[in-house]
Amino acid sequence: MSALVIRNVRKRFGAQEVLKGIDIAAESGEFIVLVGPSGCGKSTLLNIVAGLEQPDAGDVEIAGRVVTRVPPKDRDIAMVFQSYALYPTMTVRQNITFGMACRGVPKRQQAEAVARTARLLQIEALLDRKPSQLSGGQRQRVAMGRALVRDPLLFLFDEPLSNLDAKLRVEMRMEIKQLHRRIGATMVYVTHDQIEAMTMATRIAVMHQGEVQQFADPDTVYNRPANLFVARFMGAPPMNTVAARLVGGERPVAVIGAGRPDEIRLPLPAEGGPPPDWRDREVVLGIRPEAIAEAGRRFGVEEGSFSTLEAPVEMTEPTGAETIVMMRLGGEPVLGRVAPDVRPVVGGAARFAVDTRRICLFDPATERLIA
Amino acid sequence: MAEASVMSLAPAARNPLGRWLVYALLTGFAAFYLVPLLVVVLNSVRTAQDIGATSVIGWPRELALDNFSRAWSSYCIAQTCAGIAPYMWNSFLLVVPATIISTLLGALNGYSVALWRFRGDNWVFGLVTLGVFLPEQMKLIPWVLVLRDLGLTNSIAGLVLIHVVQGISFTTLFCRNYYVAIPAELLKAARIDGAGYFRIFWRIVLPLSPPILIVTVIWQFTHIWNEFLYGVTFTSGPQQPVTAALIALSVSVSEAPQYGVQSAAVLLAALPTLLVYLFGGKYFLRGLTAGAVK
Repeated sequence: MSALVIRNVRKRFGAQEVLKGIDIAAESGEFIVLVGPSGCGKSTLLNIVAGLEQPDAGDVEIAGRVVTRVPPKDRDIAMVFQSYALYPTMTVRQNITFGMACRGVPKRQQAEAVARTARLLQIEALLDRKPSQLSGGQRQRVAMGRALVRDPLLFLFDEPLSNLDAKLRVEMRMEIKQLHRRIGATMVYVTHDQIEAMTMATRIAVMHQGEVQQFADPDTVYNRPANLFVARFMGAPPMNTVAARLVGGERPVAVIGAGRPDEIRLPLPAEGGPPPDWRDREVVLGIRPEAIAEAGRRFGVEEGSFSTLEAPVEMTEPTGAETIVMMRLGGEPVLGRVAPDVRPVVGGAARFAVDTRRICLFDPATERLIA
Repeated sequence: MAEASVMSLAPAARNPLGRWLVYALLTGFAAFYLVPLLVVVLNSVRTAQDIGATSVIGWPRELALDNFSRAWSSYCIAQTCAGIAPYMWNSFLLVVPATIISTLLGALNGYSVALWRFRGDNWVFGLVTLGVFLPEQMKLIPWVLVLRDLGLTNSIAGLVLIHVVQGISFTTLFCRNYYVAIPAELLKAARIDGAGYFRIFWRIVLPLSPPILIVTVIWQFTHIWNEFLYGVTFTSGPQQPVTAALIALSVSVSEAPQYGVQSAAVLLAALPTLLVYLFGGKYFLRGLTAGAVK
């Protein structure tokens, strides 16, 4: 049974259409991440799932029950907000029990639930403090506690980590992921941070301009992006996308900067190549920076599925763990990621290995993935 | 802001003469403003003979503190010789319920228009606050008709009704402007927790409200206590609030004018609002400038 089904949900604010027919289905125990730039409609969609907003059309189904007209409190959901939304005049304990108090849960049961949740999140020592006496990370934990204490059908997270500093954010990210694995609940998580999406999700829904661009597991979204928007949004640095031309017969070759003296020819893999009608046509070639490395890297495969080329180096960025190299392929600027100890000379030319299995081809008109 | 004010203060601060001039001018204005109060205070401790022999302006020859006790409990106002005490009591019976009820209604109204969206919410808020701008005189005749139809003519209950209704404009405006600073996510969280309209008000919004409630209470208390037009129009005799009674006191011409007792009565009548400001003043300023939630 699906834990959550979003069926053709539409929403408009005045003249602006914020959601243009969203379809998402999540299995029980999944961790769904809605990711996209600000204004893409992801938070509105989450509010509709929570019942805080009404869709203009479409349905929301939680655990097999259509809840589109059901008020938030009767949907059996819990939500964690970006600002944490802790009740400022209540203690941590009261914050956590408020939902149970509203539902008339007996006091003894409340106390047991608080004790269990506080132990799980290690906030026992904070229970009698007010939110103003807590640090950002502690507030975040309490907000999580308020959601966890309910044991709901569905957890909703609205950018819960974006108010934390970078270090704490990484810690909490791992903690939420562990928590999900431990309690096995279904979670829907909204973020604009594609790293959060990649690291936590079982499936990612990439949203843009009120539409789901791709809804798939992180590997697919990363390696086989459905269109150019997804290719450029996911990954840091993002996927290189350059104009290219497909030539050749049985084993087509992608040519970058065709006709130029420094044109680059990249043989395409035998399997999963472009459909025959794309031969001798212009395409957009996408390749992840990590698929371009220093010459000699074999990408763990046999000879033949990677090729070696020479390219002028324009800039290098040593990050410590690796070196980002900005080069030109057939005149187009492209980023590569080489080993940290490799420092190509800026202004000179260097040799690079390219993992051609990782090449994606897009239709320049529709921007959709071809192969 | 801070920089600009420092810069505008700078020339005066650098020039000691200029600064003294400013202080002298301000002190002069303050003294001028305080002269009427000084006259009343001085007269309140002078005997009638003392005032009669000279004028209402002069230093007391001896301290006549019994002016206060006479003003409080035995001076004759319109045929009853019980001082202003019963009228003070009337004012309390009027002010306390009117202040509490109008403040609570204002808080509830402010909460509704600030934190809930409903059809025509901005119109409702606009109409309610329109009352702030309507002059009292304009509403005299409508109130006459309303009080007559409700059978509340010449009663303290009638005045309570008037001040509750008229106060709602101000209290709603105050509270609404305070509540708009409460983050929307707080209400969303409460709605998901299962709290309804009134529970969110009692458990979440009202506990955040003391600063603005203090402001509203002080405002309503002083306004209603000092109000005079409705008191004198809609009540007479033993039903009058103290402000209306003071007028009756000043026109009692049965004997030589008792300026000393009258001054004492004025000071006694002004005491409650003075005390409210003394005890609540710092909250008043804090509440006016405070943000709702940190």
